[in-house]
Amino acid sequence: MSYQLDFSFLSKSWAAFVAGTWLTIQLTSVAIALGFALGTLCALTRVYAHPLLRRLVAGYVEVIRNTPLLMQIFIVYFGIASLGLKLSADVSAVIALVVNMGAYTTEIMRAGIEAIPKTQVESADVLGLSRLQVIAHVMLLPAIERVYPALTGQFVLLMLASSVTSQISAEELTATAERVQSQTYRSFEVYVVVALVYLLLSLFFRVGFWAIGTVLFVRRRRLGTTR
Amino acid sequence: MVQFNSVHVLYLLVAAKWTIALSLIAFIGGAVLGLALALARVSRFKILRLAATGYIQVIQGTPLLIVLFLSYFGLSIAGYQLDPLVAAGLSLTLFSGAFLGEIWRGCIEAVPRPQWEASECLGLGRLQQYFYVILPQAMRIAIPPTVGFMAEVVKNTSLTSIIGFVELARAGQIINNATFQPFLVFALVGAIYFAICYPLSVASRRLERRFHVAR
Amino acid sequence: MSPDSAAKPLVRVSDVVKLFGAVKVLDRVSFTVDRGQMIAVIGRSGAGKTTLLRCISGLETIQGGEIEICGHSVGTSGRHSRKALCRDVGIVFQSYNLFPHLTVERNITLALTLVQKKPRREACDIAAGVLSLVGLGDRLDAYPEQLSGGQQQRVAIARSLALSPQVMLFDEVTSALDPELTAEVLKVMEDLAERGMTMILVTHEMGFARRVADVVLFMHGGKVWESGPTEEIFADPRTSELRQFIVSAL
Repeated sequence: MSYQLDFSFLSKSWAAFVAGTWLTIQLTSVAIALGFALGTLCALTRVYAHPLLRRLVAGYVEVIRNTPLLMQIFIVYFGIASLGLKLSADVSAVIALVVNMGAYTTEIMRAGIEAIPKTQVESADVLGLSRLQVIAHVMLLPAIERVYPALTGQFVLLMLASSVTSQISAEELTATAERVQSQTYRSFEVYVVVALVYLLLSLFFRVGFWAIGTVLFVRRRRLGTTR
Repeated sequence: MVQFNSVHVLYLLVAAKWTIALSLIAFIGGAVLGLALALARVSRFKILRLAATGYIQVIQGTPLLIVLFLSYFGLSIAGYQLDPLVAAGLSLTLFSGAFLGEIWRGCIEAVPRPQWEASECLGLGRLQQYFYVILPQAMRIAIPPTVGFMAEVVKNTSLTSIIGFVELARAGQIINNATFQPFLVFALVGAIYFAICYPLSVASRRLERRFHVAR
Repeated sequence: MSPDSAAKPLVRVSDVVKLFGAVKVLDRVSFTVDRGQMIAVIGRSGAGKTTLLRCISGLETIQGGEIEICGHSVGTSGRHSRKALCRDVGIVFQSYNLFPHLTVERNITLALTLVQKKPRREACDIAAGVLSLVGLGDRLDAYPEQLSGGQQQRVAIARSLALSPQVMLFDEVTSALDPELTAEVLKVMEDLAERGMTMILVTHEMGFARRVADVVLFMHGGKVWESGPTEEIFADPRTSELRQFIVSAL
């Protein structure tokens, strides 16, 4: 059997791919920012709040982490529609991704927060800082620094997972690919191109996070240590 | 529009059976591939290391959905008309293998260096070192993350619905299209996934704790 | 000294140089060991004692000089010559390095069956023999985690001894042990010396070295600063560094 690889579709559809890639980046960025905020809040709740709230958060985390993202997206999209609310595919996608990211971030940040030695917190308390100030100045940045690899790894995973939102017609990269291949019948080539774009996006995000890391973690930059 | 009833529940449970079957295929296939990749990653031969690393990096940098599409369409180009279960199983194997390989490589490298030195000083050859000293210890370290990854495999099977394999997620969509009760249907589907994955997650965490206490 | 000093020395280290990057960790180290001798290598941390031992055992390569041990040339060549070396040289580490997933018996019989290709029966007999030599004959079926540090170290010694080496190297084998457990390990080593085993040991146990060793090597800054018969070294140290070291050690 002879199959000729044919990438000529690129000349016509490259603009569509760029648009799809841009939406992927947008979806991912918003989901990361909001998901991280949600996750950090939940992690703090897990560590400090009333037992009932703690169990609620724990339940939320377990449900999200033990069910497929596809199901979560469907529940948000079809469920909200069935209530009569008209939400665009993009907004539904973001909601589902934020909820998903929040759960994974909770666990990661919780580990980071719990790893801060109690003595640090005690010293800050004794110096008269309020709970909120302790959290902001003594806990959060060191916690983030400690779990930074796991955290950014999860961010990149989210970017890759955003491809699933194509199934509710969010016009991101994978959806674009599906559309182009149904028009050109060059399925294999289209997906090879898209795989390459995702690989480049992964690289782009990883480098970006590394750069942010060097800016945020001043001590590490100055001393060159990873302690 | 049909009323949601017990027949639908039964349909979902039957589909769940396929989810479990596919998960097992993907896990076993992935384990074989993963072991080969892990050993290649720590091998003496640079070309093996590079090939394995390259494969793992590519797979880990690509969404599962794209990997599924690539292997599905790639297979049909190569002229193979495969049974949907086999096609889905193969695609998931290629994906899981990369992740398991990475996990297990970490476990092999986690065996303390002195174990290598002690066995070498006793005269053991490289293969003997691996088989009798290093791998047994690496396996113990590997159990918690591997069990945790099994939950991941089960969740991943939901995407095979998109390439036409009828498992739990697809069954849910079909029933939702018939009954238009997304909250009920997808909550039930989610509950079934949860019932499969949650025990695995808990087991993984317990094993991790027990392992750390023992060490 | 040794009764047959006319015979060829078992270990010959000549002008050995070892670099870690740009740092000269061993600077033209030379000495010989005759059959049946026990050499104690003493000195401060960082003087190069452990590195010297690792070079002699083939675990590290050398950048200058020669090491000859039991007729094998060591230090610059690869894995294959190291395997031949293992038959004649046993090494016991500070952290025992027993295989945690195997019983004590299997720890000992592993190399006997796999490397020396002895049949299972014979290997088990040898294992029982060396274990009773170190006073642990009844712990054949125990796992390392069930034993104390001192017991684990004795098993480690037995494991090396079972392969019938001609020379045994000991790298600070009691440093990781509580003082009460140190004595039992030192006793085993003293027994070995009495049976005529050729031994090179890196140690901080000055009392032990003074009592049992034939020759003492004092290392300082990567060089052999002083060496000689034990009594002479301790009674009449010639350099101020050795004098300071002896005072601080006691």
